[in-house]
Amino acid sequence: MLDKVAIVGVGTTGFRSTSPDVSFRELTYEAAVKAYADARVEPKDIDGFVATSEDFLEGYSIADEYSNDQLGAVHKPVSTVAGDFMQALAQGCMMIQSGFSRIVAVQALSKASNMLTQADLVNFALDPVYNRPLDVHADFIAGLEMNRYMYETGTTREACAQVVVKNRRNALTNPLAGHGAIVTVEDVLKAEVVSYPLTELDIAPTSDGAVVLVLASEDAAQALSDLPLWIRGIGWSSDTPTLESRDWGAAVYCQMAADMAYKQAGIRSPRSEIDFAEINDEYSYKELQHLEALRLFGPGEAGFLTESGATEITGEFPVNASGGSLGSGRLFEATGAQKILEVVLQLRGLKGTNQIEDVHVGLAQTWRGVPTTTGAVAVLSNE
Amino acid sequence: MEITTDVLKKTATPLSSKHLSQGKVFTASCKPNLVYAWDDGVAIGRYLKELKRGRIMAKRCRQCNRIMLPPRMFCERCWRITDEWVPVKDTGKVNTFAISHVDWAAGRIPKGQRYFTPAVIEIDGASKGMGILHLIDEVKPEKIFIGMPVKAVWRPEAERVGAITDIKYFRPIG
Amino acid sequence: MGRRRVAIVGAGMTKFVRRALETPKELAYEASKMALDSCELSLADIDCVTIGTAPDAFDGVHMNGEFLIDGSGAYRKPVMRNYVGGGTGVYAPIHGWFHVASGMFDTCLVVAEEKMSSCQPHPAGAFLTIFDHTTEQPLYPTLIWIFAMEMHRYMHTYGLTKKDIAPVAVKNKKNALDHPAAQIAEEITVEDVLNSEVLAHPVHRLDISPTSDGAVAVVLAAEHVARRITDKPVWIDGVGYALDTAYWCTRDLCYPEYLEVAARQAYEMAGIREPHKEIHIAEPYDPFTYKELHHMEGLMLCGKGEAPRLLADGVTQRDGNLPVCPSGGLLGVGNPIAAAGLMKVAEIFLQLRGEAGKRQVPGRPTTGVAQAWGDLMQVGTVMVMRR
Repeated sequence: MLDKVAIVGVGTTGFRSTSPDVSFRELTYEAAVKAYADARVEPKDIDGFVATSEDFLEGYSIADEYSNDQLGAVHKPVSTVAGDFMQALAQGCMMIQSGFSRIVAVQALSKASNMLTQADLVNFALDPVYNRPLDVHADFIAGLEMNRYMYETGTTREACAQVVVKNRRNALTNPLAGHGAIVTVEDVLKAEVVSYPLTELDIAPTSDGAVVLVLASEDAAQALSDLPLWIRGIGWSSDTPTLESRDWGAAVYCQMAADMAYKQAGIRSPRSEIDFAEINDEYSYKELQHLEALRLFGPGEAGFLTESGATEITGEFPVNASGGSLGSGRLFEATGAQKILEVVLQLRGLKGTNQIEDVHVGLAQTWRGVPTTTGAVAVLSNE
Repeated sequence: MEITTDVLKKTATPLSSKHLSQGKVFTASCKPNLVYAWDDGVAIGRYLKELKRGRIMAKRCRQCNRIMLPPRMFCERCWRITDEWVPVKDTGKVNTFAISHVDWAAGRIPKGQRYFTPAVIEIDGASKGMGILHLIDEVKPEKIFIGMPVKAVWRPEAERVGAITDIKYFRPIG
Repeated sequence: MGRRRVAIVGAGMTKFVRRALETPKELAYEASKMALDSCELSLADIDCVTIGTAPDAFDGVHMNGEFLIDGSGAYRKPVMRNYVGGGTGVYAPIHGWFHVASGMFDTCLVVAEEKMSSCQPHPAGAFLTIFDHTTEQPLYPTLIWIFAMEMHRYMHTYGLTKKDIAPVAVKNKKNALDHPAAQIAEEITVEDVLNSEVLAHPVHRLDISPTSDGAVAVVLAAEHVARRITDKPVWIDGVGYALDTAYWCTRDLCYPEYLEVAARQAYEMAGIREPHKEIHIAEPYDPFTYKELHHMEGLMLCGKGEAPRLLADGVTQRDGNLPVCPSGGLLGVGNPIAAAGLMKVAEIFLQLRGEAGKRQVPGRPTTGVAQAWGDLMQVGTVMVMRR
């Protein structure tokens, strides 16, 4: 049995398309101040820090240099995970479970508005010899995958569009989400095609924002918090990086990460044991593909169940009540942070209009985006 | 297991420049197009505006009482928002320096051209040990010493753009 | 000591070369495969992988950790890339230690890779974008500048001359003659160092480690598994790391305070009270000559400003009382950033097992420390190992 780890504090700036008033370091500072206040800790109480960052996102090489001042972490153990926030969260758990730390802060941010050449950056992540010389916009990878996923599962184009309709509508009533809108299935289908079959509206816009989470060991959590949320399971995995040999239909990384998280959490029947989920939906079809990989829905089921309303806030199994990435914006390495944050707020009963009734166990799932096959899954509960 | 020369024989094959120049191995090359427009934020934003006006402004934290350069929105030690802006002088002392014969991409500086003489300069009026990185000029490199008093040489007002290079360099005084 | 005791059970590496034919993935493969072979494990025995590489700019691939997944044996496994700049090589096994000590996994493959030669025209160019974009980059700084300034401050504070520091290069390059992976091992004199080209006064060409391509891997296992794999496990008994402020001009560069903080964590975990007596062999990070001395002081192996005297007295020679960088260090073996740090961990592993061949230090050492350093001269990563 692994030692228990709790989330005792969260802080965020919210997610907006720009944040011109603050630098990227100042953006994190705001989230950290809020998270520490929420957890009733000061930096001196925290004995481990994990930052999430990948080179070039903020325009830096060795981006971890600039990770600690704004967290109050000078002369503290700070390291950086070049991955999604949820991988950093897993590291935070291991720091506590190993006995190295009692209280850990985990951070991620996006300053996407400062990146003027986002498509070039994604292209720079492709294999330099095999793929990069083709010089195509990296969204083509998502188009390839969407096509194969629809082919294998019989999922319709309209069902994918319905994800966009639902998530952007949910975002309208989520004060943290900056991309709320009323759109119709027809709007999505008739929008400009980016990489067939994806249209512009199928793709999450980008956002700026920072998130800081405070984790604690079981002892520390009980001293600090009246309502600690327990990380019952966390898993992460990667499929192959090569485009030539990957499984284009199924999100294998997500299946494997889920297996790991479910095993830790003792979950055998995910659909009946989990009340709601925040899922990576950077591209519309991804929500459906991920739901099936998570075994929350059977193969080919997610699409028509979405169309029937099962994943609405009031539905049988609410998915992305926050508005997801389509409604909150793609946050690069902080994408998983938005998912975890929203699950935490739901389990605390703080979501107002978007609150789902009677929730005890929530799932957060993320993916590192094109061109990766890396993802993570976490199961949280308030009891 | 001992790691011997034999064990390592086939692990990494050294290439020389001849392999490349004679086309014995192929390479793929790419120059990434990465462009950023950084939001300078609360502290550095004001710092740059003041440089354009010909002033160096620092920020004080009332808890540790440090007057900090470059100015910060928050004090990284006390972990609180900093308090007032404090004008400091445009003079200081060399904390440490180097005489660099290479440029940023490790290229050698051509004969006859001045070597770079970067220094950490502790600015007068800021707390002890508060330095900024800048260049020293108007002095032979070998004459620079740790503790040397220096003063900023500003660009003419019309040429200033709100950048650290609004100070051309620091020169010795006294 | 953590929830579970963790051992290193295997190690592998490539040669370090200026420019390798092999791709980053291929280098990672060579090192990983050798590490597995060394302890007779296969990939199926590995529960998770952690990858350490420093900046993306060297390999020339954004999200380099993703790119390296298949080469590092991480296909369809939990894998994470970690980094703390130049400190990554010793942080990577600390990261692996978390994976196993936490109880989440029984085995972990730790891979560190760097192919610096891909970055053209010179890997040094990749360092421009490590500096603050408003207050520093417009001055076109290089890493050599700031190291020269740090070295200068160190010399000034303790009244040292270049001659006091140069013997580090002589010692390490000579030690490296016995290291089969070494890139620039040679027999040189103090005069050679002082007469070599000045790159940024007070730093001369022979004060600096080269740019390199290479990879190193180690295998970690929880105690109950480690004892089944080998009868010579090397235990990771202490880990520590700390990051100083990014406002590097605000620090006194004469002493690496962040390293002392990190070392104290590692020593406390390992139950070490008097490091200079209890540690028998050390691999401090030596990308520049003065850094070996700086880091010996930060590791509290001697008092502040005292390391040059130990060097002069021969204490840090391979047959001295405290062998320092018996591998040959970065100055002799080479410096593929993250891989170089992990090479140091591998060296302590081999030395404690008595498998260092011609480099073996006398006296059957039982306790060793490896350390790396990086970012804006601001991070220290420390690992204490025992047999």
